[in-house]
Amino acid sequence: MQVQLKVNGQSATVDVAPNTLLVHALREHLKLTGTHVGCDTAQCGACTVIVNGRAIKSCNTLAAQHTGAEVTTIEGLAQADGTMHPMQAAFKECHGLQCGFCTTGMVMSAVDLCKHHPKAGEAEIRELLEGNICRCTGYQNIVKAVQQGQAAMASA
Amino acid sequence: MGAADFANLPHIGESVRRKEDYRFLTGAGNYTDDIHMAHERYAVFVRSPHAHAAIKGISVATAEAMPGVSKVFTGKDVEGKMGGLPCGWLITSTDGSPMKEPPHPILAQGKVRYVGDHVAMVVADTIEHAKNAAEAVEVDYDVLPAVVSVSDAGKAIALHEAAPDNHCYKWAIGDKAAVDAVFAKAAHVTKLDLTNNRLIPNAMEPRAAIGSYNRASDEYTLYVANQNPHVERLLMTAFVLGLPEHKVRVIAPDVGGGFGSKIFLYAEDVALTWAAKQLNCSIKWTAERSESFLSDAHGRDHVSRAEMAMDKDGKFLAMRVHTDANMGAYLSTFSTAVPTILYATLLAGQYTCPQIYVEVDAWFTNTAPVDAYRGAGRPEATYLLERLVSRCGWELGLGQDEIRKRNFITSFPYQTPVALQYDVGDYHACMNKAQALADVAGFAARKAASKAKGLLRGQGYSSYIEACGIAPSNIAGALGARAGLFECGEIRVHPTGSVTVFTGSHSHGQGHETTFAQVVAARLGIPVENVDVVHGDTGRVPFGMGTYGSRSISVGGAAIMKALDKIETKAKKIAAHLMEASDADIEFSGGEFKVKGTDKKVAFAQVSLAAYVPHNYPLDKLEPGLNETAFYDPTNFTFPAGTYICEVEIDPATGTTRVDRFTAVDDFGTIINPMIVEGQVHGGLVQGIGQALLENCVYDKETGQLLTGSFMDYAMPRADDFPQFKLDTVCTPCSHNPLGTKGCGEAGAIGSPPAVINAVLDALAPLGVKEFDMPASPSRVWEAIVKAKA
Repeated sequence: MQVQLKVNGQSATVDVAPNTLLVHALREHLKLTGTHVGCDTAQCGACTVIVNGRAIKSCNTLAAQHTGAEVTTIEGLAQADGTMHPMQAAFKECHGLQCGFCTTGMVMSAVDLCKHHPKAGEAEIRELLEGNICRCTGYQNIVKAVQQGQAAMASA
Repeated sequence: MGAADFANLPHIGESVRRKEDYRFLTGAGNYTDDIHMAHERYAVFVRSPHAHAAIKGISVATAEAMPGVSKVFTGKDVEGKMGGLPCGWLITSTDGSPMKEPPHPILAQGKVRYVGDHVAMVVADTIEHAKNAAEAVEVDYDVLPAVVSVSDAGKAIALHEAAPDNHCYKWAIGDKAAVDAVFAKAAHVTKLDLTNNRLIPNAMEPRAAIGSYNRASDEYTLYVANQNPHVERLLMTAFVLGLPEHKVRVIAPDVGGGFGSKIFLYAEDVALTWAAKQLNCSIKWTAERSESFLSDAHGRDHVSRAEMAMDKDGKFLAMRVHTDANMGAYLSTFSTAVPTILYATLLAGQYTCPQIYVEVDAWFTNTAPVDAYRGAGRPEATYLLERLVSRCGWELGLGQDEIRKRNFITSFPYQTPVALQYDVGDYHACMNKAQALADVAGFAARKAASKAKGLLRGQGYSSYIEACGIAPSNIAGALGARAGLFECGEIRVHPTGSVTVFTGSHSHGQGHETTFAQVVAARLGIPVENVDVVHGDTGRVPFGMGTYGSRSISVGGAAIMKALDKIETKAKKIAAHLMEASDADIEFSGGEFKVKGTDKKVAFAQVSLAAYVPHNYPLDKLEPGLNETAFYDPTNFTFPAGTYICEVEIDPATGTTRVDRFTAVDDFGTIINPMIVEGQVHGGLVQGIGQALLENCVYDKETGQLLTGSFMDYAMPRADDFPQFKLDTVCTPCSHNPLGTKGCGEAGAIGSPPAVINAVLDALAPLGVKEFDMPASPSRVWEAIVKAKA
């Protein structure tokens, strides 16, 4: 079946089976491999993308459910000239990533978190990141990055 | 260049932001599953649903007739065509016999021995087709009784013909008679039984591989999520497939975490590579998370009894340890070294204990193979020793700090009774700094405040030591290692003075692309931006051993330093020629070659250009070019050490345990990039505290089914499980490598579990709780409280 999406600002039509997950439509059909698959139970959050303004786990939803949706993946976060989004820059500055695998989902969650909870403090940020698992960083620098990204997004 | 000069170079000790981050942050990372080959096909493995069963028959006819299916491979297809997976470390039993080393077939040969054992490989044109066909492979099993724990293994039905009582080896170190004699006369003996819980590594990127074959050149390429591509290639070509190494290229591209679990040669990697030639194509396989749970090598799983003999003042006189170690169903690549060479040799810890005897029995069980996982033997040793030491203190009425201070080693080098010789360290300095940073003085007030809220507060100590950069190769070889333990480094200076570094170390989160670039940039006096690091490709990098055991900077970095020495020597000769001076009069610093006592100088880039455009060049004495390779085999381990202090708060009504404070003071020797080192410690701490509080791999005792087979059942540490950690460092530079570094990748995971559990026991002591095994989940803590009250 054909599913029409708007991905990172561009119209995209994918020809997928009805049972194709959104993450596979993005990774396999649109070759947007920045969105990762880290589990099969919607627990790890590596596949997080923003759909119509909210972060969702793209492994837990069918592509077909999102006809007409606006999808932002990690590839769509930076500016056209390659300048990173303030949250991406904060992750780099604070060393909020190591192997990079959970990072893309973590950044998408963080962007959503700061948009909807612009005043969240450390404890709330930790709680709101519950849906994203990182095995490398111990979260300390991720939390620091989200706080720094939050401040940068507020002043942008 | 020596370690002292190195530490003083500009930019050594600076938190340079990571060069690799832009690609990871913008979704441009290149992990194995992101790679697509022309005309690729997909593999799905049919895995055993039983922990132990005989295979009476396999029918693939239905599956092979299904749409898109190329072929279904079973044990029969590979039988006689390849060897099994080799074990990389031979352990010899106390009676002189070699360990039992049963075959570890690529696809099951008549029997399956754990849930997840590889039975068949289905190859099809799409993943969907391969999955559908895998469902249609009919395997007729005759189910056998299963055993999952070391305590039951000796009485259970044998897994392997080669090991009739499921016993793999009995290994020992130390003088038993001498130790027994000390125990017989000791003023006080402290005893402790404990279990080191089994863990599942769970790197966030599941294992993945693409086997590819090119008929025209008769060459294979294997893309694989792996920590040591040359080791992978050597084991696969020389021991399993019998292929010439130059025809096989192994590429480990961006790898999403390893923690040990991606060191090993796995059956899937071999099957994909071999089948690529059979089908003349590329075949891709990516593990689903549930497959990772079942089939990645697990970690830990020790059951031990430890005893310490002391004099009346708490001075350690002798230690006696017996450990039963679970190997799982087969011997994974370095499994046998973990509970022996990497474990028992660490049991002296930071203490003067003149006599130590350790005996280890290793057992086969119907569980996934167990192998190195972040720390590999050293966390098991540290957990046992640091739990025992705290208990010694409690029994003698000494504080956890006091019992440690009374026994700390203070003079170096120090020869332990368990083979290792520590070169340097300052254990009192780490302890003192940790106590100040943890505000130990304020603990009593915090405990009273907790009590006022109806909560229990406890404080736990752990003073760990770690041995990194396992070496030298000749001694490791004498101890059973079937591999070398050196590292390679190649420095390719380009004509205009920028540099590409080729290293055998592999970065899968550790930030080598930045740290190694810092080393080279500092030495050559050029910007970090002018240095790029290449790793993870046997087609580009000289033979190297890869990344494990916190070895990368101390062994891989040292190889790079040796190559830089060669570059500097040659470049000085070129500079001498350019300035018409004698080689001996050339000094190199800040990226400039100067003639001693004059104002004559040439920049590094002028020298590199002369090397590649040798118009004005001593061609009669010197080859053109500026490209040097070095191999470095360490003379000893490095010995990072530190003291960790944990404070927990427990709600006795629910058993909920919260880590309120955690302080870590480490001695990693010279630190090149403090930001990266701190990040490594944070990650290690969360894995260690995760083991102590949350994580536990459980197999059903009767059926051998994995009960913790998903993130819904296996409690992974999450952001809201932790406070902010307080870190600091002490520096006694390593005395025997050119950087003075010791390694930092595993320390956090090694030092933290006993600190947490000692804190839990300290909190629960007023209730009479004396025994506790990890993890301190609410239900287990609550049960311990209820049991103590009864």
